[in-house]
Amino acid sequence: MSTKYALPESTPLNNETVMKLRQDFPILSLEVNGHPLTYLDSGATSQNPVQVLDAERNFYTGANSAVHRGAHTLAVESTDLFEEARRVVAEFVGARENDIVWTANATEALNLVTYSFANASEGLGGEAAQKFALQEGDEIVVTEQEHHANLIPWQQLAKKTGATLRWIPVLEDGTLNYEEAEKVITARTKVLAFTHVSNVLGSITDVDYLVKLGRQAGAFIVLDACQSVPHMPVNFRELDVDFAAFSGHKMLAPTGIGVLYGKSELLKDMPPFLTGGSMITKVTMTEAEFMAPPTRFEAGTQKVSQVVALAEAVRYLGHLGMENVHAWEAELGKRLAQGVSEISGVRLLGPAVGMERAGVAAVHVDGVHPHDVGQILDTEGIAVRVGHHCAQPLHRAMGINASTRASGYIYNTTDDVDRFLQSLATVRPYFGIND
Amino acid sequence: MSGLESLYQEIILDHSKQRTGEGFVDPGTHASADNHQYNPTCGDEINLRVELSDDRQTIEKVSWEGDGCSISMASASVLSDMAPGMSLGEFQEMVDKFREMLRSRGQIQPDEEYFGDAAAFAGVSKFVARVKCAMLSWVAAEEATKEATVAK
Ligand SMILES: Cc1ncc(COP(=O)(O)O)c(C=O)c1O
Repeated sequence: MSTKYALPESTPLNNETVMKLRQDFPILSLEVNGHPLTYLDSGATSQNPVQVLDAERNFYTGANSAVHRGAHTLAVESTDLFEEARRVVAEFVGARENDIVWTANATEALNLVTYSFANASEGLGGEAAQKFALQEGDEIVVTEQEHHANLIPWQQLAKKTGATLRWIPVLEDGTLNYEEAEKVITARTKVLAFTHVSNVLGSITDVDYLVKLGRQAGAFIVLDACQSVPHMPVNFRELDVDFAAFSGHKMLAPTGIGVLYGKSELLKDMPPFLTGGSMITKVTMTEAEFMAPPTRFEAGTQKVSQVVALAEAVRYLGHLGMENVHAWEAELGKRLAQGVSEISGVRLLGPAVGMERAGVAAVHVDGVHPHDVGQILDTEGIAVRVGHHCAQPLHRAMGINASTRASGYIYNTTDDVDRFLQSLATVRPYFGIND
Repeated sequence: MSGLESLYQEIILDHSKQRTGEGFVDPGTHASADNHQYNPTCGDEINLRVELSDDRQTIEKVSWEGDGCSISMASASVLSDMAPGMSLGEFQEMVDKFREMLRSRGQIQPDEEYFGDAAAFAGVSKFVARVKCAMLSWVAAEEATKEATVAK
C-alpha cells in the first residue's frame, strides 16, 4: 500500500505545484538557524518523500527476509519485491531487467566495472572475458570534468594493467573541449568513460557525439549518470552506452543503494568483482561456478529495503514525469545562472547564461573562499555545497581550488533560488569587498 | 554576539586580509623546517616554515604560503605574529591550549591576556566544521618546530 501523492500524475511543475509537492517532504519544513530551510544541495544528496520512507518501513514491518535464500513465505515475498524493483528501475532507464545490478552506490558500480576488467586482464573469466582485458598500448579515455568516482578507478585500472590513461580536456569555463575529443579517442581506446551531466557545472554532455567517436574506436563506453538519471529522461539502450552508474540517494531514495547498468550481453562474459555467497551455483573446496548476471555481481546479503525504497522513488519520479522534472529544473538553472551573472565579483562557472544547463550553478566569489561563502549562506538556512565537489582536476583547470554550488531539484521553487542569490550578493560586502 | 559575528570577529577579518608571515623567508644559517598541511574536505592548504634562534631554544620566525578560507589564513597570520620570541616549551603549551579551546565547542572562555589575538578564535569552536580551518597552520607549526629542532 502506498501513500497518496500530493500532486496528481504528470502535473507540470511550477511554483504553485511545487509548494504542494513539498508536503511529501517533511524535512523541507525544518528551520535552520532561525530561517526556513532552503535546501540547494540535492546534487550531493536529495531528500526523501514520505512515500519512499513508508515503502522502506512497510518492507520491514510486512515482508523483511533474506532474498534468494530460503523457501518460506516471507523469503518469497522479499524476493518478489526485490526482483519487481529491478523491473521498475530497468524500465525507468530504458534497460532490460538483466542489465541492472544492485550496488551500494555509483562509486561501487564504477569500481565493479574496473575490477572486473582488471580480473579479466589477469585471465579470470577465460576466453570470453578476454575482450575486457587491457594491456600496455591500450588506452582508457576519461574527461577532465569527472567526479573522482569516475576517475580514480580508471587510474587504478591503468596502473594495474599498464594501459595509458588519457583525457578529453575542458575549456576555460570547464565545459568539454569536443574538438580535442576527436584527437584523444583513437583506435587504441579500449574504454571511454565520461559523465552525462557535470556535478559541478550542470553542463550536459553531448552523449551521442562521444558515443559515435567511441564506437568508431571500438571502445567500451561507460556513462556516469549520477546527475542525469535523477533529473531528466534517460534511456541507456537508446544512448547505446555499454555501462552506466547512478546512485539512489541522489534521486529521492535512501543512501546505500546504487545501480550499475550493463548490457546483459556484456555482463554475461564478465568475471565477478566481489565474490562469496548468493552469486554461485556449485562450490567445491577449490572451485566455484558463478551465477548468470545480474546475480553474479551481487555477492552477499543484499540491501533489500533500500532496493524496495529505490523502486518507490522511481515510481514517484515516474508519477511526476521526467519531462516535467527536467523542464522545471531547466527553469531553476536558468534563473540561477542569470541571477549569478548579475552579482558583481561573482563568476558563473560552466555554460554561459542562456546556454543549456541543469538546475545547478557553481560560482567563484572573487576574494572570498567558498568555505566562508557557505558559512554566510548557512546562517540564513541556505544549504549549498562548498569545496571541490570531488572534482579537483576540473577546478584546477578552471584556475581555482574550490567553488560554491547550488543545486536544485523537484522540490525547489524560484523563491529558493532568489534567497540564495540575495544572500550570495551580501557575501563580498560582508567581507569588506565592494567593487 | 550573533553566531556569525562570533565566528568572523573583526580581528579575524583583519588578519585574513593583512597577513603576517605570508611569503617564505630565507632562514639563512638558522635551523628551520617546512611543513605542509592540507584539508581535503575544503582544499585549504598551507606550507609553513619555522625558523629557530641560534641556540635553537626559541622561535625566531614563522613564514608561510597558503590558500584557504578567512579562518585558516587569519589563524596562520595570528600565529606568525605571536610565536616569534617564544621558547619551544612556551610555544608547545600555547598550541596545546589553543587546540583545547578550539575543541571545547564554545565551553572554554579564553584568557585574553594569555591568548592575545588568538582569543578571537574562541568563537570558531562553536562551528565544528571550521575547527580544522583554524588548526591547520598551528598543526603545521607544531610539526615544523619538532623537525627544526633536530634539523642538521
Ligand atoms: C557525477 C557524479 N559521479 C559520481 C558520484 C558518486 O556518487 P556516490 O558517492 O553516491 O557513489 C557523484 C556524487 O557525488 C556524482 O555527482
